[in-house]
Amino acid sequence: MAVVAILVALWTAVWKAGIFHESAFPSPLAVLRGFGEEIRSGRLFNDLITSLFRVSCGFVIAVATGVPMGLWMGQRLAARLAFLPIINFFRNLSPLAWIPFAILWFGVGDASPIFLIFLAAFFPIALATMAAVANIPVVYFRVARDYGLQGFENLTQVALSAIMPQVITTLRVAAGLSWLVVVAAEMIAGRDGLGFAVMDTRNGLRTDLLVVEMIVIGLIGVVIDRLLAQLTKIPSVRWGYER
Amino acid sequence: MSGKTIQLEKVCRSFGAVEVLREISLNIRRGEFVAVVGPSGCGKTTLLNLLSGYDHPSSGVISREGCVRMVYQQDGLFPWLTVEENITLGLRQIGDEKERERQVAEMISLIRLKGFENHYPHQLSGGMRQRVELARALAGDSDILLLDEPFSSLDYLARLRMRQELARLLRERPRTVALVTHDIEEAAQLADRVIVLTERPAQIRFELSIAAPRPRDLTHPEVVGATHRILTELGFEQDGEGIVASAAQT
Repeated sequence: MAVVAILVALWTAVWKAGIFHESAFPSPLAVLRGFGEEIRSGRLFNDLITSLFRVSCGFVIAVATGVPMGLWMGQRLAARLAFLPIINFFRNLSPLAWIPFAILWFGVGDASPIFLIFLAAFFPIALATMAAVANIPVVYFRVARDYGLQGFENLTQVALSAIMPQVITTLRVAAGLSWLVVVAAEMIAGRDGLGFAVMDTRNGLRTDLLVVEMIVIGLIGVVIDRLLAQLTKIPSVRWGYER
Repeated sequence: MSGKTIQLEKVCRSFGAVEVLREISLNIRRGEFVAVVGPSGCGKTTLLNLLSGYDHPSSGVISREGCVRMVYQQDGLFPWLTVEENITLGLRQIGDEKERERQVAEMISLIRLKGFENHYPHQLSGGMRQRVELARALAGDSDILLLDEPFSSLDYLARLRMRQELARLLRERPRTVALVTHDIEEAAQLADRVIVLTERPAQIRFELSIAAPRPRDLTHPEVVGATHRILTELGFEQDGEGIVASAAQT
């Protein structure tokens, strides 16, 4: 809290010093008024819901496909050798480079940002899941065999349980990436959402509202991470963090 | 308590050009406790993997009757399951939930871990974890217990305690046991018969029966005699004679 107070004081000092032009550097008070304005109009809230919806969709699709893909690749060396170079390529290709194609294929609306978020989250999730599966101690599978766990049970009760701590860590990283990408995607390929709001207020030269949006974007990112961090408190995954 | 539970006939196992086991023939009777000792890297674990059916011999025949359970050196428990859930794994074949719960509770009190039912393995000491492993392996109607240096990760005193614990559990739940260990004392204290392997390629160097009833103390004359005899055979003791006579030999 003290650090926040210092930051605000610093911000006020820079504003008072007049280093930047008034229109390029809003005062804390103007931003506070901006908050009031946004809350009254309800626009920010709508944009927030829109962005959260897109992130949720893209992220859930990425988890639902990336984790099974990683499980499969982790268990099969041939699949790993075949797909790893491709996955590494796409992982290192910024999802933002896909924006032109996303617009051409899906237009402006929900689908484009969802597609881009999926791209941002899928590859790291698949890759980390794969690495985690490949590193499961053999003894777990031997025990599973000794006690007659087979096939699907083996996959869900042994492999998935064994990698759960790493998967949760990856989900947090991927969710952070998704939240970064949604803003960028909406700035270019959006008619609404927080990213579009950033672009819109810039066009309207409302730097006070711009700061309001930046604060909200940052805070929501922290909240998402905190929520996912709650997963690490599940008793059956604690072992992965306490050794 | 008769008949052969595990039978090995001229079993050989090679990995590529490396011959690990050469013509091992061994019968383990129902209810018998056999310990296999030998220099490290000689193929003890390979032998155990063959006994469990996890691995197959390059030549020779292995037959076994009954349900086999293995206790590993360490970390064989699933860390994402509680003590209770881990032990329940050993009772999967029991359909009736009430009966399963009753037997889990019985195993937990047998290994004296009442109050730890809902603890996870990482919250337990090494000795407690191995007790849970033993309980899981002994739960239900398993017939054969394979132990792969189960106490090697424990400190000396914990190891001594676990030997007593194992002997006590086996009195309650008799099983056919094959123990692989590099701890000769452990073998002599626990087993009815000790098989000593040679360097790789491992062959049976000699075997030794210990007639004293189980459980026995570490300082029981027969245990001391057997330890002495094995150490002498392996070239670790100077006076070859002496107490050797008191150790029964086959």
